[in-house]
Amino acid sequence: MSMTFHVDIVSAEESIFSGTAHMLVAPAEHGEVGILPRHSQYVSLLKPGEVRIRISDSGEEQNIYISGGVLEVQPHVVTVLADTAIRAKDLDEAEALEAKRRAEDALANQRADFDYARAQSELAEAAARLRMIQKLRRSSSQQ
Amino acid sequence: MAGAKEIRGQIKSIKNTQKITKAMEMVAASKMRKAQDRMLETRPYAEKIRQVIGHVAMANAEYRHPYLIEREAHRVGIIVISTDRGLCGGLNVNLFKKTVQTMKEWQAQGAEIDLCLVGSKARQFFRRMGGNVVANVDNLGDKPRLSDLIGPIKAMLSAYDEGHIDRLILVENEFVNTMTQRPRVTKLLPVEPSEEPSLEHHWDYIYEPDTAPVLDTLLTRYIESVVYQAVVENVACEMAARMVAMKSASDNAGNLIDELQLVYNKARQAAITQEISEIVSGAAAV
Repeated sequence: MSMTFHVDIVSAEESIFSGTAHMLVAPAEHGEVGILPRHSQYVSLLKPGEVRIRISDSGEEQNIYISGGVLEVQPHVVTVLADTAIRAKDLDEAEALEAKRRAEDALANQRADFDYARAQSELAEAAARLRMIQKLRRSSSQQ
Repeated sequence: MAGAKEIRGQIKSIKNTQKITKAMEMVAASKMRKAQDRMLETRPYAEKIRQVIGHVAMANAEYRHPYLIEREAHRVGIIVISTDRGLCGGLNVNLFKKTVQTMKEWQAQGAEIDLCLVGSKARQFFRRMGGNVVANVDNLGDKPRLSDLIGPIKAMLSAYDEGHIDRLILVENEFVNTMTQRPRVTKLLPVEPSEEPSLEHHWDYIYEPDTAPVLDTLLTRYIESVVYQAVVENVACEMAARMVAMKSASDNAGNLIDELQLVYNKARQAAITQEISEIVSGAAAV
C-alpha cells in the first residue's frame, strides 16, 4: 500500500476539490512543483495553470485549472488556496479606479436621487389625504 | 350605503397583494437556504488563510508587514455592506444606525471617515446623509462574485498602503438565525494576529519566492475573503429578513381580509333588511 495525503482545493467562493491523493503537481512561481506524501512544510505562490492530482495508484489523474493562488503544504495535508479570477496588479488597479468613479457618479447624481425622495414623500402625503377624504365620505354616507 | 361592492373590491385587492407577499416569502425562503450553503462554503478558505498568516507572522518576527502594524488613527476607512433591494424589514436601517454610531465614535476621537459602500441601499442612504464616499459597488445579485469586490477593496487597501487611512473597519450584518440578524462592526486592518499558541512547534515553511510577497498576497486575499464572506452573509440576512417581513405582511393581509369580510357581511345584511322594511312599509301603505 502506498502512502497518500489529503488535498483541499478551496477558493474564496467554494470548495473545488477535497480528497486523498498520491501526488500533486502545481504551477509554482518558479516552475512546477511536485508534492509527494511527507513533503516538508512549504508555502508558495502559484501562477495561473493546471493543478494535477494523482488520485490512485494506477495513475488516474484529475486536472483542475486555477488562475493563481497559494499552495500550502504540510506533511499529510496539502491546501491550494485558489484565486477566483485572473489577478494582475494593473487589472486590480483598473477595478479600483472603476469603484472610485462609481462613488463620484453617485455623488454627482445627488439631485436626481433627492428629487426621487421628495416625489416619494409627496406621493405618500397625497395617498394619506386621499384616504382621509374616503373615510370622511364613507362616514357621511352612513349617517 | 357603504357599498358592498366597494368592500368586495377592497377585499379582492388585498387578496392580490397577499398573493404577492406570499410568493415573495417563499422565494426568499428558498434563496435563503442557498445563501446559507454558500456562506458555509466560503469558510474553509478564510480559516486556512488565517492559519497560515498566523504562522508566517509568528515565524518571521523581523519582517513586519504594514497590515500588521498598529498606527495612530487620523482617518478611518469604513466598508458598509448593505442590500441592493428593499422590502426586508429593518435590516438596512439597523445597519446604518450602527454605521452612523461607529462614525460618530471615531469622529469624537478626532478621526475623519472615508466610506466604501457595497449595495445600492447604502449608496442611497449616504447620498442623503452625506459622507466622504471613496468607493462604491452595487447590483451584486443573489450570487455575489469576488471579482466584483476586488475593485472597491483594492481602493481601500491602497488608501491604507499610502497612509490615507489608518484603520479599515467593516460594518455588516451577522446572520444569527432566521429571526435575528445583528449589525456587527469588525476591524479589518491592522490585522490582529491570532492568539493560537502555535509558537510551540519550531518548524517553519519553505517559502517560494520569499516571505514578503507570500505574506503580501495572503493578507490581501484574507481581507478580500473576509469582505466576500460578509457580502454572502448579507445575502442570507437579506433573504431571512425579507422572508420574515413578507410572512408578517401576508398575516396582516389575512387579518385585514377577515375584518373586511365582517364589514361586508354586515353591509349586505343591512341592505337586505332595509329592502324588506321598505317593501313591508310599502305594502302597509297600500
